[in-house]
Amino acid sequence: MRTETEPEASFAADDGRLSCEGPWTVPHLATLEKHLKKIGVRRGTEAVCDASGITALDTGGAVFLHRALVGYRQQGRTLELQGLRPEFTELFRMVETHWASTEVETAVKQGWLERWGRFIWGQLTQGRRMLGFLGENTVVMGRSLLVPTRIRWRGLFNRIEQDGVHALPITGLLTFLIGVVIAYQGAEQLRKFGTNIFIVDLVGISLLREIAPLIVAILIAGRSGSAYTAEIGTMQVTEELDAVRALGISPISLLVLPRALALVIAMPLLTVYADAFGVFGGMLIASTNLNVSFTEFVARFEEAVALRHFLIGIGKSVFFAMIIALVACYQGFQIRGGVEDVGRYTTRSVVQSIFLVIVFDAICSILLNWWHL
Amino acid sequence: MRMAQAGAVDDPVVEVSHVNTQFGAAMVHEDVSLSVNRGEVFAIAGGNGCGKTTLLREIIGLVAPSSGTIRLFGADSQALQTFDGRAIHRRFGVMFQYGALFSSLTLAENVAVPLREHTGISPQLARDIAAIKIAMVGLPPDSAAKYPSELSGGMRRRAALARALVMDPELLFLDEPTAGLDPVIAATFDDLVLSLKQMLGLTVVMVTHDLDSLWRIANRVAVLGSGRVLGVGTMAELAQSHDPFIREYFNGPRGRAAREQAAENLRGRRG
Repeated sequence: MRTETEPEASFAADDGRLSCEGPWTVPHLATLEKHLKKIGVRRGTEAVCDASGITALDTGGAVFLHRALVGYRQQGRTLELQGLRPEFTELFRMVETHWASTEVETAVKQGWLERWGRFIWGQLTQGRRMLGFLGENTVVMGRSLLVPTRIRWRGLFNRIEQDGVHALPITGLLTFLIGVVIAYQGAEQLRKFGTNIFIVDLVGISLLREIAPLIVAILIAGRSGSAYTAEIGTMQVTEELDAVRALGISPISLLVLPRALALVIAMPLLTVYADAFGVFGGMLIASTNLNVSFTEFVARFEEAVALRHFLIGIGKSVFFAMIIALVACYQGFQIRGGVEDVGRYTTRSVVQSIFLVIVFDAICSILLNWWHL
Repeated sequence: MRMAQAGAVDDPVVEVSHVNTQFGAAMVHEDVSLSVNRGEVFAIAGGNGCGKTTLLREIIGLVAPSSGTIRLFGADSQALQTFDGRAIHRRFGVMFQYGALFSSLTLAENVAVPLREHTGISPQLARDIAAIKIAMVGLPPDSAAKYPSELSGGMRRRAALARALVMDPELLFLDEPTAGLDPVIAATFDDLVLSLKQMLGLTVVMVTHDLDSLWRIANRVAVLGSGRVLGVGTMAELAQSHDPFIREYFNGPRGRAAREQAAENLRGRRG
């Protein structure tokens, strides 16, 4: 491989003997394996393994040689090793002695019942732990709110800037586009019936009540929730959390509270902002495609879209914020192992918070429908 | 035991000449020159932050010195990360200070990584070689299926050694092999390195400030201080040095204790 002059290793069977030649070292093992396969096919009657041709032997080569001999013996054949140079015998003997201790029993395979049982049990314990986490947070939050000096204001405002202010451009752009898309889809149907003006009801109610809070929640879960999990998880891995606990600081008040409060403050504001951009998008399409001017749109908006739709949207976003912050921080605290856990739990945090947000939203829809809101 | 594959047998394995390293305004190395001979245990000692680990990282081509050349098996170590450097990579193993095991792989998979990357052997053979190496460094067989996060610091260090040795390198780099280990484990680690060195004919370059292991296993020691090589020689020679830093380093209370211990061990072995 490296130089032409370098001798090749070989392993061959002839006249009832296996002969080993050349350097039996790690770079040559792939060649030797091919040779062994060729010999194996023939299933000859070799009884002697002549190792006198081995010019260099390392641990890898010794393992290979020993393995080949063991393979023969397992076939019920006796194979005698001859002519191994004295300087290699110590190494070979060392491999022989360690070989016995490496025989590992293979793990018992799990049946489907066990797998399901473990899965369900895992989900149940996780749910219980999450409830515990929620309770702990509620207690700490209650105490902090009673004594406002305990709240870490600096951290809180920092987070609001990171997770709220910096999310403005993307949130505005996305909801504007969503408003455009909804108006386009609606325009086609409304024009058929000549009820162009109802575009205001369509865009206004769906955006304010459902879509804007959901879009903001999904964005924040991907943008801030993932960051929370990764940050807290990395602190766990690097023992920073242990240091925080050892210094007598509650990780919840240091890490979770500022994040949860920041989202609870920032997300409703972001939702208002998203409402404005979304409605503006719809308004633009209404004026270009449906001949509904801006003034007509705004006038209709006042009478068609009740205040409660706006308030319901804002109210939901407060709960979405809590769900995202708690799930993200909870998953961060669950990280135990190493680096790869950070990635896995971050994914889990985003998926789980979006899932819970949508489930919560669906429950809200059903309940509000019952109460005729 | 092993054939010289490039260069004469008595050429130095590692040759550091006139290396200067600068990080911003801070001078880490000033005109550092060293050479490591085949078959010896060469230690780089010195206080905290004197650039020992940086020098090691320069030798294995992870960091570039500001000026000067470093040769590894006669080849420029700066070319190691290029494609041609792969042949050199097979000839040395590195054990990093904190093990640097891949956390997503089990111990056995960690040890087998170099085999899978650099050779075309079957997974079964790779697994068997890894299992032997794990046994050689004194880890129990059931640890092979565990992940690094489930192992203690000492076990992780051993596993890292097994990974560094799996390609049967000629040259082994150890970065602070005994730092943070208890004295008993540290001593067995020293013995392990010595016995592996004898059995496999290794050349060992280690960065350490463990005085006990310097006395026990190092053939030659280079002392770095304030960016320079303050002295190179056997421990006995260095102990006679007049350099104030070396005197303080080796003749302080800990240095004396380690020395007496080493002398006692020697007497014990003779008697």
